[in-house]
Amino acid sequence: MTALLEVSGVSVTFDGFRAINNLSFSIGHAELRAIIGPNGAGKTTFMDIVTGKTRPDLGAITFGARAICLLGLNEARIAQVGIGRKFQRPTVFEDQTVQDNLILALKASRSPWRVLLWKPKASDLARVQDLATEVGLGDQLQRKSGDLSHGQKQWLEIAMLLAQEPRLLLVDEPAAGMTPAEREQTTSLLVDLARTRAVVVVEHDMEFVRRLNCRVTVLHEGAVLAEGSLEHVTRDPQVIRVYLGRG
Amino acid sequence: MTRKGFFAQNPSALIFIAVLALFTLAVTLMSEGLGAGVISTSFVKTLGKTLCLCLVALAMDLIWGYAGILSLGHMAFFALGGYMIGMWLMYARTEEIVVTALAQGGLPASDAEISQGIATQIFGVVGSSDLPAIWAFAHSLPLQFALALAVPGLLALIFGWLAFRSRVTGVYLSILTQAMTLALALYLFQNDSGLRGNNGLSGLQNLPGFGDSSQDLVSIWFFWASALALGMGYLTLTWIVSGKFGSVIRAIRDDEARVRFLGYPVEAYKLFLFTLTALIAALAGVLYYPQAGIINPAELAPIASIYLAVWVAIGGRGRLYGAVIGAASVSLLSSVFTSGRLPNIPLGPVSLNWVDWWLVILGLSFVAVTLFAPKGIGGLFDRFQRIPTPARKGAPLGPDDGSLQEQEAQP
Repeated sequence: MTALLEVSGVSVTFDGFRAINNLSFSIGHAELRAIIGPNGAGKTTFMDIVTGKTRPDLGAITFGARAICLLGLNEARIAQVGIGRKFQRPTVFEDQTVQDNLILALKASRSPWRVLLWKPKASDLARVQDLATEVGLGDQLQRKSGDLSHGQKQWLEIAMLLAQEPRLLLVDEPAAGMTPAEREQTTSLLVDLARTRAVVVVEHDMEFVRRLNCRVTVLHEGAVLAEGSLEHVTRDPQVIRVYLGRG
Repeated sequence: MTRKGFFAQNPSALIFIAVLALFTLAVTLMSEGLGAGVISTSFVKTLGKTLCLCLVALAMDLIWGYAGILSLGHMAFFALGGYMIGMWLMYARTEEIVVTALAQGGLPASDAEISQGIATQIFGVVGSSDLPAIWAFAHSLPLQFALALAVPGLLALIFGWLAFRSRVTGVYLSILTQAMTLALALYLFQNDSGLRGNNGLSGLQNLPGFGDSSQDLVSIWFFWASALALGMGYLTLTWIVSGKFGSVIRAIRDDEARVRFLGYPVEAYKLFLFTLTALIAALAGVLYYPQAGIINPAELAPIASIYLAVWVAIGGRGRLYGAVIGAASVSLLSSVFTSGRLPNIPLGPVSLNWVDWWLVILGLSFVAVTLFAPKGIGGLFDRFQRIPTPARKGAPLGPDDGSLQEQEAQP
């Protein structure tokens, strides 16, 4: 199977500090992958590079069956080709209703002229209703999203990601600040999503990663330290040294 | 969501249009040109000019109140529109005078004589008798009207493209726009700028070809045109902000990084808005300056654009009627206080002179509105309708500089 996202030999330096060091990574079209690593390992920088927020100094990134090069594209173009990102803190547009938020995310042309002339079709509104119902906000469509609880905002953001219909989903610490029941729900949602698309989860919480039951990539000092099942990487002596021993 | 008509979705637009229509009718019936003559022609002009200022304030509200881009240079586009239409007004009017004067000599004047006469008449004041190249289209109303939109529009497009492409935001963008309008003003102050330096263009109240019509009538025509432009502008902007486009630009105001990750080309939206609002400002200027009668480079001073922001802030940003109310009330009050007709108030050793103190009063009310009533005058409507302010413990609605603040929002 060919890869959906192929990152090869990427390096990035901030003021002399090498945040990402010759990193290579690839993920298939329908795959769930967890990225773990200690603080400062380059997890967030890795996401910034893939989504176009940070430009790497070296390396290549290609995406999709036609191997589009992502390096020349800005954030908006990268999102348009099918990469969605979920931030650690819920980021929704607080002054707008749940429905407005979902309509913004709904897959459609993003050009100013098209958006100006866009009108919701019955199918669009039905899709918005379905998405909202799916995350338990079906009866909250007309509420300003700023009034939602923290957990509801998380779910709204997830619904927005689904509305975008991305082919690759990057999720930053989804379990942070969630109750055990919500974690359970998130786990099954992520596993479910990964049946039809690629999902990359960055996570600190080992227990959460164990439940995802997927391939794990361990980052350390901006490079891949180990890759494989969680069992495999936790037995790796280098990983043990970095995580536990420090000597 | 059920499908509703435009006015059912935007009841405030219907109210606004009704109020504007009634106002226009009332002023017409009271004017000297077509009515009872209760209000003077110069006051009709003041009202007409105020409507034009309301139209620029709408543009300012769109770019600042809705999209969070605090441009402090939009009056440059307003004045450029005025200059461009002023060139035609002045040229065509001078041509009439020159042709009449030369005809008294008996022989019909040649084209060269006429054009020489016009150039001497217009540019004698800056010691020149040649028509500069930028006056090449001044003989034609359609061409010069096209320039009145094209010049400010192109300037906004180029300036916006350079600024937004480099992702200049917040206070830096405000400073940059101020620098733009100041640079333009300084350029126009020069005698060899081709627009008569600090003399500016004058006599713009005389409509070429309508020499027989009195100013009583002309003032009413311009008043109608201004009211029509304001009404159309209001409806257009209501349509823009009430749809998905409005949703995108409010999202850009509150959190533009997030909008990028949704796939929207934020810079293209900003450029679109910057150019659109510049065009609206230019159109307002085209209607304003024939009523003012004179335009000079001082109109492009940064303070003019700061006033624009003050009007919108006092009216309440992020709601279109707020911008109109702010612009109308502050500019009308300003003309009352600076008219010099209000009696001074003696306060012991000093006397309160309204002309001098008006700016202080305006400054204090701006500070007071910002501190105590961030929703501005428009917030009164929320109070009548008992719409509360959300309790967010001081948290703004987004991480960006221009984002809506807690107290400006509705739940």
